[in-house]
Amino acid sequence: MSTTPRTIVLVGHGMVGQRFLEALAEHGVAGRDRVVVLCEEPRPAYDRVQLTSYFAGRTPEDLSLSDAEFLDRHGIELHLGDPAETIDRERSTVTARSGLTVTYDTLVLATGSYPFVPPVPGKDAEGCFVYRTIEDLLAIEEYAKNATTGAVVGGGLLGLEAAGALKGLGLNTHIVEFAPRLMPVQVDDGGGAALHRTITDMGLTVHTGTGTQQIVTAENGSVTAMQLSDGSELATDMVVFSAGVRPRDQLARDCGLGVGERGGITVDEQCRTADPKVFAIGECALAADGRVYGLVAPGYEMAQVAAAAIAEDENTGAFTGADMSTKLKLLGVDVASFGDAHGTTEGCLDVVYADSRAGTYKKLVIGADGELLGGVLVGDAEAYGTLRPLTGTVPPISPEQLVLPAGAGAPVSLGPAALPDEAVICSCHNVTKGTIRGAVTEHSCTSVPEVKKCTKAGTGCGSCVKVLGQLVTAELEAGGVEVDKGLCGCFAQTRQELYEIVLALRVSSYRELLDAHGREEARGGDGCEICKPTVGSIIASLAPTLGADGYVLDGEQAALQDTNDHFLANLQKNGSYSIVPRIPGGEITPEKLIVIGEVARDFGLYTKITGGQRIDMFGARVEQLPLIWAKLVDAGFESGHAYGKSLRTVKSCVGETWCRYGVQDSVRMAIDLELRYRGLRSPHKLKSAVSGCARECAEAQSKDFGVIATSNGWNLYVGGNGGATPRHADLLAQDLDDDGLIRLIDRFLMFYIRTADRLERTSTWLERIEGGLDHVRDVVVEDSLGICADLEQLMTAHVAGYHDEWASTLDDPERLARFVSFVNAPEVPDPTVRFVPERNQIKPELPLLNLTTRPLEGTATR
Amino acid sequence: MTVLTLETTTQVELYVDGDWLPVCDDPSRVTPGRGVAALLPDGSQAAVFQDRSGRWYAIDNHDPFTGAAVLSRGLMGSADGTAFVASPLLKQRFDLTTGQCLDDEGVSVRAYAVRVLT
Ligand code: SRM
Ligand SMILES: Cc1cc2nc3c(=O)[nH]c(=O)nc-3n(C[C@H](O)[C@H](O)[C@H](O)COP(=O)(O)OP(=O)(O)OC[C@H]3O[C@@H](n4cnc5c(N)ncnc54)[C@H](O)[C@@H]3O)c2cc1C
Ligand code: SF4
Ligand code: FES
Repeated sequence: MSTTPRTIVLVGHGMVGQRFLEALAEHGVAGRDRVVVLCEEPRPAYDRVQLTSYFAGRTPEDLSLSDAEFLDRHGIELHLGDPAETIDRERSTVTARSGLTVTYDTLVLATGSYPFVPPVPGKDAEGCFVYRTIEDLLAIEEYAKNATTGAVVGGGLLGLEAAGALKGLGLNTHIVEFAPRLMPVQVDDGGGAALHRTITDMGLTVHTGTGTQQIVTAENGSVTAMQLSDGSELATDMVVFSAGVRPRDQLARDCGLGVGERGGITVDEQCRTADPKVFAIGECALAADGRVYGLVAPGYEMAQVAAAAIAEDENTGAFTGADMSTKLKLLGVDVASFGDAHGTTEGCLDVVYADSRAGTYKKLVIGADGELLGGVLVGDAEAYGTLRPLTGTVPPISPEQLVLPAGAGAPVSLGPAALPDEAVICSCHNVTKGTIRGAVTEHSCTSVPEVKKCTKAGTGCGSCVKVLGQLVTAELEAGGVEVDKGLCGCFAQTRQELYEIVLALRVSSYRELLDAHGREEARGGDGCEICKPTVGSIIASLAPTLGADGYVLDGEQAALQDTNDHFLANLQKNGSYSIVPRIPGGEITPEKLIVIGEVARDFGLYTKITGGQRIDMFGARVEQLPLIWAKLVDAGFESGHAYGKSLRTVKSCVGETWCRYGVQDSVRMAIDLELRYRGLRSPHKLKSAVSGCARECAEAQSKDFGVIATSNGWNLYVGGNGGATPRHADLLAQDLDDDGLIRLIDRFLMFYIRTADRLERTSTWLERIEGGLDHVRDVVVEDSLGICADLEQLMTAHVAGYHDEWASTLDDPERLARFVSFVNAPEVPDPTVRFVPERNQIKPELPLLNLTTRPLEGTATR
Repeated sequence: MTVLTLETTTQVELYVDGDWLPVCDDPSRVTPGRGVAALLPDGSQAAVFQDRSGRWYAIDNHDPFTGAAVLSRGLMGSADGTAFVASPLLKQRFDLTTGQCLDDEGVSVRAYAVRVLT
């Protein structure tokens, strides 16, 4: 351990440089020795990995990685905008552009890379850019204001990111890639094809297998087109080069340090150059394994190794190489590659699943002994979080099962529980599952944000956060930590307990409930997005019994409803709404069909037959909803509650009336049931179906309550589910007559509404509650709790109190007043809701990225 | 510059680009706990809210996670004394006073000062 203060000079304050400073501080070196940082850029280190999120509204300040407080506390001298220009190794000095000369004991080079610009004529024309720094982005954004078309040279990871950004700035965007496929480094031909398709579908134009020969300029020297190697010319207003990066090793070359054939400052396993006083880390270094790493995670590892060596820590690590796994973050298409993605290991085999229609491609590379070596995932990278950490091990289930989509063959979702402790969960910060578990068990972290802070996991590219959350919950539960069962931060009770309170005390106001029964700290507040709709639903289910208004948008109840209920329509991704009129049992007259057709035509709505035997009309603006519904209500339609956690549809088959096999009138029964339970608010949506015989054309056994005709009456099935986790319904009772059937369904539904959790379908509820189906049968068939009369009474009250929500809305100008686009310009249609044609109808026009559409001239969000 | 008017009606005003901009002369149009959208002169939109105690808030109406102008249609709530709105699309919450996203440190939307003149 040295005692006299030394001078450590860091050249380059990028991501790795900053991490190096943090590591020096962790070792206590920063406080003891003099640390001088020469930084070329006009701002301290920032998160280059998240650079593109600038276009999603993140400010340069948001991206900053370094704060004045940290530098101050450790006495670090930072010289902004003052790059190192020369190194004199004999005198051990480094001189910056300003003339500042510092004598060093240790010099650390962390100068990163520069974007490679192919030497094509015209490459320096006005309108040509690279994509590396915040300054580059500011310049691109400025220039794009006067551009309509942009081209990106390079279809690799960064090229796609840059293309996404151009598209997000509203430009017609082209990608020109020399290789025969996109992302040539990460994916193979199959993956490239899937990617190509998806990206083309997003509205970008992809030119693969095409080189750039020349940038064509106008008289004033600005870009007008690109000449391509196939002889064609591509008109464009701007060009962004993203054709790879090269290590910035010039300083090292100039002072005689060794560099690799293709660049990169040669270092050993401690990141030391041939000169023991000089280190190189990050993208500028040629690591001991002979590779230059263009990713941040290996750079961070180098930073730590170098800092430990400089601190003369006995546990000096070694950097011997790293994983090159990547996951594309931004383009709205999932792409991931990890391990030996190209299958270069001897004797390895590929397991491939490709669905070119869906644009998915998954390949796993399996070693001779069955171990997972790597893979490529395109279009669906859900499994990345678990697969990457499994690399190098023999997965606990067969490889086919790992790539097959859920639902095909035997779907297996392999949770993070299956991973060993050494598995690296966060590859950006090299955090293992063991460390994450330790954060919970030893450092008493009780939430994902705490674990992030404690371990740094999840603070890089963010691709591991989902798995992180699963691990934290599992660990907390295993540790017997009392995982709070309360509904949310406002109520310590479960939904069932709140239901009992509301019913027993006849509470019809959310505020009253919160102020009297909420958690101490939540009383008097505004509640939250979880308990408000939950309590709103409880009050609505019990409205007639509580003496509350049955109209869900009156008074305080309006503030409780989820957005869809609040506008009595379903919100779509671009802010427009869909409209689903009720078509009980799926039976509809030609006249009514014509009305729907006319309404959809007159308002230009996209029309689709739903999976629930009715018709959905999409693309209505808020202020159009009352106009549309006025026509529908006039023609005898009512709300179909597609927006509510309430009864959706009761599907029917045509039944005995027409079908040669039918034994009961299934259509009539379906209509009766739909009309009886319409509008009933419940913990989750309710679906039903009635089939006319055991052939089951209405798929009743996949419904919350399904009815199948028998020659003696009806069989009632409950707890069925389609969706993500399908479940066949269980037979509750057989050969019921009409009245018996309805009485039993009344009881079943009311018992479910009373005891289920929020957003718990009957299927999960049936599996969760103690005693399961037998218990439910005891309660609703045998009346073991003596509550059946109450349950029936509650349902009778609901049926008697039903009103069509849309008719009630149209009758009342006060209620209509909320259906406006803008409070200060009620007639002006929202300009951000736009449509484009598709197959003779419309579809939402969306920016490619999930970006804020910012007016180009203003800086409204900054 | 503020123009002095002698009308007695109530006005909800947002502070936009250095001036107070009236957006709503009938505060009862805004259900406590919910929001409304307002169109601003530069074509952008604000989401204006009132909480149960009658305090007013306004932030940009654009949901930065989806690009849709829908934050005014989210559910309002409060946690530890901070009023927030949860986006109706993907449910991220935004602090109504600062515009900071509570579920993603790196994301924020613009917040506006609001006053109510009576
Ligand atoms: C429109 C429709 C698709 C279509 O074009 O056919 C549809 C559209 C939506 N479904 Fe569905 N589902 C539609 C039939 C179905 C079916 C088929 C059926 O009902 O027979 C199922 C499987 C059956 C089931 O629910 O058990 C189905 C299972 C789901 C699920 C998964 C439920 C589950 O328990 O796993 C969701 C998600 C949820 O509710 O949490 C969902 C959610 C949705 C949402 C509400 C997603 C959303 O939040 O935006 C979609 C709303 C569209 C809209 O704005 O109108 N949709 N959805 C169908 C409307 C039927 C109707 O007339 O009401
Ligand atoms: C758009 C984009 C997206 C990316 N996405 C990912 C991703 O998802 N995952 C991933 O792992 N990696 C990603 N990367 C790569 C990642 O950003 C780099 O690996 C990382 O920044 C390398 O850190 P570094 O400190 O070595 O280099 P840099 O962060 O580039 O820092 C080097 C710094 O040194 C400065 N410098 C150079 N010469 C001098 C000098 N003579 N004097 C003083 N200062 C000097 C430079 O100006 C620069 O500020 C991405 C990069 C970009 C551009
Ligand atoms: S379920 Fe039976 S009655 Fe209904 S359509 Fe099918 S075969 Fe005919
Ligand atoms: S893997 Fe990138 S943040 Fe964890």
